Amino acid sequence: MEAAELAHGALWTIREGFTYPNEYIYWTIHIVVYPYITGLVAGAFVLSSMYHVFGKEELKPVARFSLVFSFALLLMAPSPLMLHLTQPLNSVELMLTPHFYSAIAAFTIVYLSYMAVVLAEIWFVFRPFIIEQAKEKKGLLGLIYNAMTLGSFDVSEKARHTDEKIIKILAAVGIPAAALLHGYVGFIFGSVKTVPLWKTPLMPFIFLMSAIISGVAGCIVTYILGMALKRNFICGASIRSMCKVLVWFLVAAIVLEGVDLIFHGYTAEESWGIMSELLFQRFAFKMIVVQWLLGMILPLFLLLLPRLTMFRAFTSATLVLIGVFMMRWDVVIGGQSMSRSFAGFLTYKMPIIPNSIEAFREGPFPIGFLMIMPFILLFIFNRVLPVFTEVFNEDDCGFTEGLLTKKDHAKH
Amino acid sequence: MNLSRRKLLKMGLLAVCGTVIPLSALEIFKPEAAASLIHPYSEKKRWAFVVDTTKCVGCGMCVKACKLENEVPFDTDVQRTWVERYVQLKNGEVIIDSPHGARYGFTKNDPQGHDVDEAEVAKGLFVPKLCNHCEKPSCVQVCPVGATYKTDDGVVLVDRKWCIGCGYCITNCPYFARFFHPITNTADKCTFCYHRITKGLNTACSDACAFGVRKIGLINDPSSEVFKIINTERVMVLKPEYGNEPHVFYIGLDDIVR
Repeated sequence: MEAAELAHGALWTIREGFTYPNEYIYWTIHIVVYPYITGLVAGAFVLSSMYHVFGKEELKPVARFSLVFSFALLLMAPSPLMLHLTQPLNSVELMLTPHFYSAIAAFTIVYLSYMAVVLAEIWFVFRPFIIEQAKEKKGLLGLIYNAMTLGSFDVSEKARHTDEKIIKILAAVGIPAAALLHGYVGFIFGSVKTVPLWKTPLMPFIFLMSAIISGVAGCIVTYILGMALKRNFICGASIRSMCKVLVWFLVAAIVLEGVDLIFHGYTAEESWGIMSELLFQRFAFKMIVVQWLLGMILPLFLLLLPRLTMFRAFTSATLVLIGVFMMRWDVVIGGQSMSRSFAGFLTYKMPIIPNSIEAFREGPFPIGFLMIMPFILLFIFNRVLPVFTEVFNEDDCGFTEGLLTKKDHAKH
Repeated sequence: MNLSRRKLLKMGLLAVCGTVIPLSALEIFKPEAAASLIHPYSEKKRWAFVVDTTKCVGCGMCVKACKLENEVPFDTDVQRTWVERYVQLKNGEVIIDSPHGARYGFTKNDPQGHDVDEAEVAKGLFVPKLCNHCEKPSCVQVCPVGATYKTDDGVVLVDRKWCIGCGYCITNCPYFARFFHPITNTADKCTFCYHRITKGLNTACSDACAFGVRKIGLINDPSSEVFKIINTERVMVLKPEYGNEPHVFYIGLDDIVR
């Protein structure tokens, strides 16, 4: 059979038992990565807002970094979708003739409004630095900084005060916007009534919680790595504070996902027969071992042990990142693995060897590129803006630690 | 004019909201859309289909005819219509298959490729399937660009120029009637042969059926055969639990049919 005549999906789907003749796995690796990236976006932003809105002083050294990290990820968020579309050139219709009964149609609005909030916040946060650079630097770099000031050179006490107020408002508005961006991704899945694994009103919240844990974990890992590479001092107070956030949302994620699973099993609707086979046999390793035990239970246990070390924080965060990726995989691929006839299975096998355009597009290379891109962007941003620099030194850190212990003493 | 700060903010907010919502958002307030929620059945012209499974022998001629008529590449394993075979053994086991959508017909007693002794078979039946042209099509609901739509006479179609190929409609069809067309790379499905029925012709599949299994007609037209069957015989639809109100009516369905 010629490649052109192969059905879309036949390249990576293996069918067993009775599946409908048109049934293939239509949503593949791109749709696994898309919610993963937007989840990281939402989580990183929420973390930066913890400092700006709730005034968690100990998060100051990571507040700027997580904001810029969120932006770098946000820039890459639409690319897996574009890779996934079979008619990417038509995607402009999404903006020209959106059909608002469809959850996907809201993408442009949700995405662009969130982008506006993040960009504005970044501008306000780095404004004093940009102006300083614009005045100092000459040549191309000076030109870039000058353009970035948007013509505003006011760094008076009053202007800075206003800036801080605006940052607080933007960070506060950004939290519901981030929740919307990711809750809406959960809605896209939760509203698919033909896939029993997806169809639950809890889906937006499950996605949101896993988004936040992945985002916070992503920040912990990237921050520790970034600082270690630059041989900068890492403040333990910040890491501990981030881990605390991680623990709370980890508990919420475990509860929500657990409730969802228990309900599927307890109500045992028609689909439970095939779903239980998926959970306990075909996806047992991915779902129970990696997603649940390694991705949620073990990191929670590690984080709750007394005297948290940097290494333990790093390990738990890495495990959470892997666990959430597995969760996206289990939801997207696992959901489609159960035939809509409930009498067969579809197995997804990613085409590794790029012997055709479709095999290349669906293969590991574009996705690998996509996952590395945010870090390259972060590296570039760090060249222009002080993302990692201007951080706590040991004295600052000690001061915050002192504040924290005082707070603890006050509580007791 | 004296504007208070509060009033200015209020009016400003209103103006901003008014400009950011594109006009197309107002589509949800269309009177027809609202009316369709209240009166799902209208008295107007509405195409429907009847499948008499008791007459089907599984020859696959309908699948072949459909592929040729609608230019869906013959050798590709996607089809606008297909036939499923259900075999229930005496031990209660049910074997279902539809090799290549049955475009070559069922010629051997070998469900899922295993030879089955005739003495073991309790019952068997063939179930032809096609797009159900639902009254409340979930595929139309989720299309982000409005590329798939329902015509006034109840047929669900796809505009190939508009389709972005996201696959949301394919995922949302309970019957898996949809697929990506291998040439156009857009979502594709049965159209009830809209290009034929609007000219007074039959669908290609019903013309190709030698046994009178498939019938197309207007559900509100008392002179149509479809009207007579639906109103006088015991008919059933597939997967009514999804609430799509499918408009392909079956005679002789069984509880083993998926």
